[in-house]
Amino acid sequence: MSNNQNQLVLDALQQRFGAEVLSASEPYGLLTVEVPSNRIIDVLSFLKEHEELRMDFLTDLCAVHYPEDPGREIAVVYHVHSMVLNIRLRIKAFLPISNPEIASATKLYSAANWMERETYDFYGVQFTGHPDLRRILNVDSMDYFPLRKEYALEDETRNDKDDRFFGR
Amino acid sequence: MSELNIRNTGQLVSSETIDGEIAVLNLGPTHPATHGVFQNVLKVDGERILEAEPTIGYIHRAFEKLAERRPYNQITPITDRLNYCSSPINNMGWHMTVEKLAGIEVSKRVEYMRVIIMELARIADHLVCNSVIGVDTGALTGFTYMFQERERIYEMFEAVCGARLTTNIGRIGGFERDFPEDFKRKLDDFLKTFPKRFDEFDSLITRNRIFMDRVIKAGPITAERALNYGFTGPNLRAAGVDYDVRVMNPYSSYEDFEFNIPIGKDGDTYDRFMVRQHEIRESLSIIRQALNNMPAGKHYTEVPDYYLPPKDEVYKSMEALIYHFKIVMGETPIPAGEVYHAVEGANGELGYYLISDGGRTPYRLHFRRPCFIYYQAYPEMIQGSLLSDAVLTMSSMNVIAGELDA
Repeated sequence: MSNNQNQLVLDALQQRFGAEVLSASEPYGLLTVEVPSNRIIDVLSFLKEHEELRMDFLTDLCAVHYPEDPGREIAVVYHVHSMVLNIRLRIKAFLPISNPEIASATKLYSAANWMERETYDFYGVQFTGHPDLRRILNVDSMDYFPLRKEYALEDETRNDKDDRFFGR
Repeated sequence: MSELNIRNTGQLVSSETIDGEIAVLNLGPTHPATHGVFQNVLKVDGERILEAEPTIGYIHRAFEKLAERRPYNQITPITDRLNYCSSPINNMGWHMTVEKLAGIEVSKRVEYMRVIIMELARIADHLVCNSVIGVDTGALTGFTYMFQERERIYEMFEAVCGARLTTNIGRIGGFERDFPEDFKRKLDDFLKTFPKRFDEFDSLITRNRIFMDRVIKAGPITAERALNYGFTGPNLRAAGVDYDVRVMNPYSSYEDFEFNIPIGKDGDTYDRFMVRQHEIRESLSIIRQALNNMPAGKHYTEVPDYYLPPKDEVYKSMEALIYHFKIVMGETPIPAGEVYHAVEGANGELGYYLISDGGRTPYRLHFRRPCFIYYQAYPEMIQGSLLSDAVLTMSSMNVIAGELDA
């Protein structure tokens, strides 16, 4: 790690969770770790209650869809922030699209409530233990999850913007 | 205030019932007191609110999906429509996110110019919010005064980019044009006359007995709850936490400027109002500092891959024509990677979480919209309060429908 503070966080995580910190990297200086999806609440509450780190601010929660990665199609991404030490951390957990289920962080963070509803609304991630997991921005009668990659935004036969024609 | 007690069921029941009957009231989605498309289904006992259930999404426009099909320079107009009371901050935040991803370092002059525009936008946003709090307490005069001042800020934006509300101001790498003489004249004039008129507004409202009685203790939140709810910006500072992205993670040379971060104590409507009042003065000071120390140079950085060449050169030079064509077609070299960039928006931390796979459009773009996150505290903040206080609480939270619904 290029940054001492990031090293501090990573050491604390590795000491507590060992090999369960599946990967760690530092894209653009922001420490990013991957953890198993069934351990996410343990990791979040460990960071929140850690006396030195005090990562008790949930900045952001969202999902990403990677259809080409079987068994790990949905990534749920958490951004937490320690305002005391001013360290940000990105935590990722991957879920299979056949059963996108992860524990809800609403017990730790009230802020997670709507963020999880939004993530469910757009990606269909099932947050177990969420008090009120309903759609939030889309209509209730919608029967698909629109930000998944299989729903193209434009006419799929249109190819004037296709990457192939630009040497990519 | 009548006493409130919590029954075993956790439901709030007022001891001062009118006839003990609980009514369901639909506040919004189109209601003159809600300043935007917000719906709240309230359970009220007389004038007192027992429960609120917000419904949002009325103006959802699928920005995150749209962004996955747009080249990077075409996403700026989308960001305009998030917090449309201070679009330039959103625009600049987006340019900086792309610059961070592509590893572009813009010149000091561009950064200072951005600071001036962003602080003007912050003043405009705070003026709207604070004068509207006045309107909701029955003081229309301050509002009409301050909207004239906001109008002058919009005229300055118009001089730089040609637009007023949805500005699409600036480009990746700099500004579309240097500050014109017209802008400089208007800004000078503004800096001279605005503080006096703002003082007048201040003296009309801030220590006004009626106003204070209405807003003090209306819709309070503790620092602990505010942090748990993900509050940022003036609303968090009003609760007593001195978190400001401009200081914690300085961007665009904010570390060069001296300014104070005003904080409140009780997190109520009055504190939120006061924090904004003080921030307006701090913003003025930042603008003055930026003007006085403005470095010489050009209004853009030499990044021909991203920044459009001057139009007359496009007609004469092959090189410029190629760059022009590539940028307009959305063919800018963008590395694969993921980046989170946050700016201090007028109502909180506005974050851009951008994942690129190296293609011409983002693979995923997520907006961390401050008011989407803090608006969920609204039911808790108004529980047990009077209906008229709930209206005030909402306007003092500065919830902007465009940002809320993305």
